Amino acid sequence: MKHRNLTLTALGVTTALILAACGGDNDDSGAVEPAGTVAESTDAEPSDGGTVDAEPSDGGAELTMLIASSGDAETNAVKAAAEAWSAESGNSVDVLVATDMNQELAQGFASGNPPDIFYLDASRFGDNAAAGNLFAYTAEGSDDFYESLRETFTFEGTPYCAPKDFSTLALQINDDAWAAAGLTDDDIPTNYDELADVAAQLTTADQVGLGLGSGIDRAGAFVVGNGGWWLNQDSTAPTANTPEVLAGMQYVQDNIDAGNFALASSIDAGWGGEAFGTQRAAMTVEGNWIRGAMTNDYPDVGYTVVELPEGPAGPGTLQFTQCWGIAADSDNTDQAVDLVNFLTTPDQQMAFAEGFGVMPSRQAAAADYEALFPENAAFIAGGEYGHGPISAPGLDAVVADLNSQLEAIGTADLESVLAGFDTNATAELGG
Amino acid sequence: MKSQNLGRQARAGWLFTAPMLIVLGVFLVLPIILAMWVSVADWTGRGSPLNPDVNYVGLENYRSLVTEPGLDRQDFMTSLRNTFYYVIGVVPLQTVIALLLANTVNQRYLKGRSWFRTAFYFPSVVSSVAISLVFLFLFTSTGAVNQFLGVLGIDGPSWFTDPRGLIHMIGDSIGLWSIDSPPNALADNDVLGLSFWEWFSGPSVALTAIMLQVVWTTAGTFMLMFLAALQDVPTEVEEAAMVDGATKWERFRHVTLPHLRPTLLLVITLGIIGTWQVFDQMYIMTQGGPAKTTLTPAYLSYSTAFNGNNWGQGAAIAFLLFLLIFVLTTMQRIILRDRDKSKRRTWPWQRTQPSEQGVTA
Repeated sequence: MKHRNLTLTALGVTTALILAACGGDNDDSGAVEPAGTVAESTDAEPSDGGTVDAEPSDGGAELTMLIASSGDAETNAVKAAAEAWSAESGNSVDVLVATDMNQELAQGFASGNPPDIFYLDASRFGDNAAAGNLFAYTAEGSDDFYESLRETFTFEGTPYCAPKDFSTLALQINDDAWAAAGLTDDDIPTNYDELADVAAQLTTADQVGLGLGSGIDRAGAFVVGNGGWWLNQDSTAPTANTPEVLAGMQYVQDNIDAGNFALASSIDAGWGGEAFGTQRAAMTVEGNWIRGAMTNDYPDVGYTVVELPEGPAGPGTLQFTQCWGIAADSDNTDQAVDLVNFLTTPDQQMAFAEGFGVMPSRQAAAADYEALFPENAAFIAGGEYGHGPISAPGLDAVVADLNSQLEAIGTADLESVLAGFDTNATAELGG
Repeated sequence: MKSQNLGRQARAGWLFTAPMLIVLGVFLVLPIILAMWVSVADWTGRGSPLNPDVNYVGLENYRSLVTEPGLDRQDFMTSLRNTFYYVIGVVPLQTVIALLLANTVNQRYLKGRSWFRTAFYFPSVVSSVAISLVFLFLFTSTGAVNQFLGVLGIDGPSWFTDPRGLIHMIGDSIGLWSIDSPPNALADNDVLGLSFWEWFSGPSVALTAIMLQVVWTTAGTFMLMFLAALQDVPTEVEEAAMVDGATKWERFRHVTLPHLRPTLLLVITLGIIGTWQVFDQMYIMTQGGPAKTTLTPAYLSYSTAFNGNNWGQGAAIAFLLFLLIFVLTTMQRIILRDRDKSKRRTWPWQRTQPSEQGVTA
């Protein structure tokens, strides 16, 4: 009996200690939490006028920004911009580079102490908006953003965040292969039939006409050209099993069957750019990021970038984008919106474009961008007619399943794959 | 007087174990309880899972994984299938290789014995991330492995992008069926969201490459355990067997191996637990691809939670995986238990005395 009591006491002590430790945890996180507490203490300083002001746009707030950086160039450009805003507004911004963006954001939201402002990929937008993690705001002059980008970051009719920048797909052509096949500038394909035609002409024993990355993020461009899309206009129901989507997929499958196209993975490449750089493919469909890869890894390959040819339903390409997310739990949402406004001015977007090669999401900056980077005209043109990515909530696994089945797009039973997508997506979107 | 003394001793005992109990409580027990709550709740990842907006949803997360047809169940079953083939490939192979290696480096007259011991153990102390990256390069379609196979006249596959199952390929090569048009009897009948054809695919080429890597990495770890046990085998017993005229094989089979039974149990148990939980390799090398053939429950749990924002289901996968491992290791302990003592011991948890097999605990 006595033994038993002792056990209970020990258990009690342990539990108390655990609880104490937990309590301590919370206190700690409160103390290091930069946004709330530090802002208050600076506000309380006499230099600020001596009063504790509740009005947050006063300056003196300390913001945390979490970015997923492509490298030093991007980190430094974002830091420089953040510092410029700090100097102007009197607030300060701590720019942190995430190594695993999804995970670090998730940790922030779960702890109730997320970064105030962060990069948010379109594919993660829907889930976070639906979970209430995002503060809905409209940036200054929002109408100037490309419409497709604004739609991407709209959830249930509410715009949530401002498009940071974007990229589009275009057609890259290997100059030497083009000349060797006896083709000239007049032969640059303007429709899908011509594309299949030149791909056939460019196909040799050790080179395929067009090397394509796997999944809907590449093949989907031909769906847009055929006038189709995976979801309806409001992203409330799937529309994959429709003649337009099937036509786009069928076009890719037919050309793979004919040997004009090949998936990058089937020609020993991880992505289209690698297939193109190693000259196993004479053409590829990639975004503006291929420039960096070509310069660094394949500087000897001369190539030309043109817009994707028009499909039966007009021009079509895909857009990829991220936005400036602001956390609903942030104590400094006013300052964060102010910072986004600063970061999305045409001038600042041009600075980012020069700094690390992204394309401005504002139409007002398009002309400047084209003047400065005429070689990227084919990419920025896609802003007008491209389709934004799937950003509805709950579809991550469904899209992943579609992509895994499209790894065998050459032999897949397309109709059943598309019907499967519709079934799975309906289950997630709730019919 | 005596009981007071005992009481003081017990108090001192609890005092000394308290730090460890607290550490275990905070970092192990509480997180597990919290995860258990998440697996039966509709937490969306915002704020604490204990905040009042989070509702109890019963077994809904589990149901969509096990009983309700749909993508969630299909993915989970695919991950179980993959890992099943992975486990029955890796565990026997790594155990046998570890035993062979241990036997080899345990020989008294082997030259450079410690060099070999270090060499075989080395892969175990290298980070699995680093090894995974090296294997990615070794197993590219033009990598060292395929160049070596090319010397032997074999046209190697493009390992990490090849989703074909080994059983499918073997059946195809002996003319049992054709991979491109599977027999209808197998392809048209489904169990738990996967057709028989998919269930019996065998490990994919990509998964096989990962299996080779894991065997190479872990065999050294288990070699060390066997080696420790081998050095405990009394020389007298072995010499007695020699005097009785036992051959080398007979000595290994009837003297050494029975001595190694507890270690064998340990190695196989750790092997089963470790292989069912495999995550690093998939996270770094394949992300579940090609065609989901390297999807494992641990990776699926991660991606469901962090990429799909479906925290409850991610936690539910983790608990189902725990349950599976628990059942399998219990079964394996019953099969491998010491036969002499089995009469008075039916289940491992019904024991009254702490077991001399405490090494497995």
